Amino acid sequence: MLIFELSRPQRGNHAQFVAEPFLGLDDIPPALRRRGTPALPEVSELDAVRHYTRLSQRNFSIDTHFYPLGSCTMKYNPRACNSLAMLPQYLARHPLADPATGQGFLSCLYELQEILKEVTGMAGVSLTPMAGAQGEFAGVAMIRAYHAARGDTARTEIIVPDAAHGTNPATATMCGFKVREVPTGPDGDVDVEALRAAVGPQTAGLMLTNPSTLGVFERPIRELQRVVHEAGGLSYYDGANLNAILGRVRPGDMGFDVIHVNLHKTFSTPHGGGGPGSGAVGVAPRLLPFLPIPVVGRDENGYRWLTEADLPQSIGRLSAFMGNAGILLRAWVYARMLGREGMRRVADYATLNANYLMAELARAGFDPAFPARRATHEFVVSLKALKAQTGVTAMDVAKRLLDKGFHAPTTYFPLLVPECLLIEPTETESRETLDAFVRAMAEILEEARAAPEMLKAAPYTLPVRRLDDVRAARQPDLAWGSAPG
Amino acid sequence: MPFIPHTADDVAQMLASIGVRSIDDLFDEVPAELGFDGLPQLAPGASELELTRLMEERASGDGRWLNFIGAGAYEHHIPAAVWQLAGRGEFYTAYTPYQAEASQGTLQLLYEWQSMMASLTALDVSNASLYDGATALAEALLMAVRALPQAARRVLVPRNLHPFYRATLKTVLHQQAIDVVEIAFDRATGRIDPAALESQGAGGFAALAINQPNFFGVLEDASAVTDWAHGQGALVVGVCNPLAMAVIAPPGEWAEDGADVACGDAQPFGIPLSGGGPYLGYLTCRSALVRQMPGRIVGRTVDLDGRSGFALTLQAREQHIRRSKATSNICTNQGLMVTAATIHLALIGRQGLERVAMQCHSRSRELGALLAQVPGVAPLFDAPVFHETVLRLPLPVPQVLGRMRGEGILGGLDLAPFYPELGHAMLVCTTETRTADDLQRYARALQAALES
Repeated sequence: MLIFELSRPQRGNHAQFVAEPFLGLDDIPPALRRRGTPALPEVSELDAVRHYTRLSQRNFSIDTHFYPLGSCTMKYNPRACNSLAMLPQYLARHPLADPATGQGFLSCLYELQEILKEVTGMAGVSLTPMAGAQGEFAGVAMIRAYHAARGDTARTEIIVPDAAHGTNPATATMCGFKVREVPTGPDGDVDVEALRAAVGPQTAGLMLTNPSTLGVFERPIRELQRVVHEAGGLSYYDGANLNAILGRVRPGDMGFDVIHVNLHKTFSTPHGGGGPGSGAVGVAPRLLPFLPIPVVGRDENGYRWLTEADLPQSIGRLSAFMGNAGILLRAWVYARMLGREGMRRVADYATLNANYLMAELARAGFDPAFPARRATHEFVVSLKALKAQTGVTAMDVAKRLLDKGFHAPTTYFPLLVPECLLIEPTETESRETLDAFVRAMAEILEEARAAPEMLKAAPYTLPVRRLDDVRAARQPDLAWGSAPG
Repeated sequence: MPFIPHTADDVAQMLASIGVRSIDDLFDEVPAELGFDGLPQLAPGASELELTRLMEERASGDGRWLNFIGAGAYEHHIPAAVWQLAGRGEFYTAYTPYQAEASQGTLQLLYEWQSMMASLTALDVSNASLYDGATALAEALLMAVRALPQAARRVLVPRNLHPFYRATLKTVLHQQAIDVVEIAFDRATGRIDPAALESQGAGGFAALAINQPNFFGVLEDASAVTDWAHGQGALVVGVCNPLAMAVIAPPGEWAEDGADVACGDAQPFGIPLSGGGPYLGYLTCRSALVRQMPGRIVGRTVDLDGRSGFALTLQAREQHIRRSKATSNICTNQGLMVTAATIHLALIGRQGLERVAMQCHSRSRELGALLAQVPGVAPLFDAPVFHETVLRLPLPVPQVLGRMRGEGILGGLDLAPFYPELGHAMLVCTTETRTADDLQRYARALQAALES
């Protein structure tokens, strides 16, 4: 049932009706006024509350289910981060209010900048990017600005490994670059020789995730950096997998020139059903002048926004105001709760959980994609052999996991590994939860051998069964009341 | 250990299962030279209680203010149920609905959002959200450039559009070598200057953005400008405060054919000001442009048993499928804010929204009447406005605002940094949250500030 189908003309939620306006719209010419009636619902407050409560119950979430979605770091989101960011003074703060009225708010952001500099080993941080992909955009735009400031306009290519997230090549295109892919070797590391062959005077930079999306640490990281830097390119660190190395290894020490940090992953801000994210960027000294604005600065008068007047070479603004400011407060609370010793614990226990889960799944009969490698905070399992034996695919296994009360891992990514599951347990899950997941996976393996057809039609116990994606795309029904066309 | 459940026994047994002696052994593939010496600059971990004290202290230092600043971020009443529902763990801690069967709640809600926004803007389809209004406009203009490959890589943007939106557009569009041409406004009306438009040649640009109401609160003659741009073969992108659309003609009603794309910030729908974000970009368009849309789109379909259900669709536009050929790099967007905004619209409803819009406007008319009594204060523009207006003051605005802050009032936005040509000009906004007493207090404080 849609909210629109609950609607009855004139019912409405009278508690939300403001007083009858004292003055009307007669100062606005009729030609400028709305003609049609918008199809907004008219329901009672109880109808709305019950409707959206019921909808919430049709979701899996971290708070209700183990959610080992690889590369997404679905760890526990501490409640205090939310409630402290939603203190009334912060919620009511207008973005254009004088900084003198928001020194407390600005001090949290300033301190978050400092914390991120420290844990990433970078010289400067801007918190404005509103998601990882926007952090990537800012980073690649800074790479462009750096080369342009040196008069080096021949650098038209960005290199990405074939295992990269789709956002990397999409970002390079959005920034007007051509994309060149480099392959991954059989052991999961980027092929250094192929990179050497790919770089040249046209190379603007390399975008790299480390640990990679294959769930392994790029062992030749120093050599990869050397190849790119000797060719005159810069290197970009996609912080999607920072959770694996937090407090253990710093992107700055790996030699990266520019990075982003997904605060909604590593710093536990909410994923919210698809955002808001938060993709703070950090830079090495040579890119400091190009940081996106605003940045929070501090002087003898306290905290204030730094703008183009302070950073004339900035790549500019990325949002109307200050990125996802309220999310930054949540990240600051989380970082302060972890503190200096808690950062490293994140990497330690995320890595322990992933390696344990990989070992136990291997015992249960699953094939790690890189059995000779350590898992980082996540790992890849390939179901290629299972598919050959039984016809059961990674998608079938994922759907059956839903029946058993687990959110599925990431499926069919990275694209390099056939029939793969990318599994990231995170540090906040207990051993008992991991063991229960292994038992469920083992049961599915038995089911796949005994009754593969049953798995093909999973899930059975959710609000809907498998959905017709082809129909969704061929006969798009994208809004209530519009005929599929 | 905060948020880590492992006991010493767990760790010992897990290490034994893996076949290593210590957690350090799990990092043996990391080159040794990458080690570093702890994080001495960071403070030790703090308890929830300590941080609660600190955050409350900082919050009370920031204080509460009687706010009359709008300028793209608006203070509105948010029904109590909005964030109680949006804050439920099932919404707050889910992610992008890749597994549709386990995400029907979020997916149906997004479908409802798309339906509400398509209808409110009087266009055909909506996506599931973009970051904010400024980036939504950048994406809308990129859509237009892609949709009209024969047109010049130029877009026209009025100078009476939010200065930070214009700045954001430049950051994004300049990367792809797309020219952003600013169109002057008429100094008497504050509207787009028709003469400035006429100097742009046919076929010389892919799109024109029209901001309704514009940054000055002034209502554009959107139909006339739309007709002109369509006559030049360009697409029209409406940039609208979606609350105003409850009473003001939405982009789909402009001129004969309507605008082609609508976008803006849906922050007025249940999203707190929160110091600048997270807000929520919306984007709607005609059906013909749907394959140029960036971001997630949800469709209604059926399951194996023929039951209705919802799934992400038209994904061949997106980065995880198309990589370097995607319509945008956007991945994570503003899911939680859409959740709140959808619930907000359902709770306020059609009649409620219209009343809120009318009350906002009424308050600005009432304030205008009070300020007409204040010597030296006058509206700068003579065209109709919606809930926000520019005042001309006899003194530099920062001086006046400083004095009003002394009375606990944020009096408005000084326009001098953005429009020095307007002199002592201040942008003032009223919403339904301001009472008649608030308006009196404002008028007295302004008068006192001018007299002191």
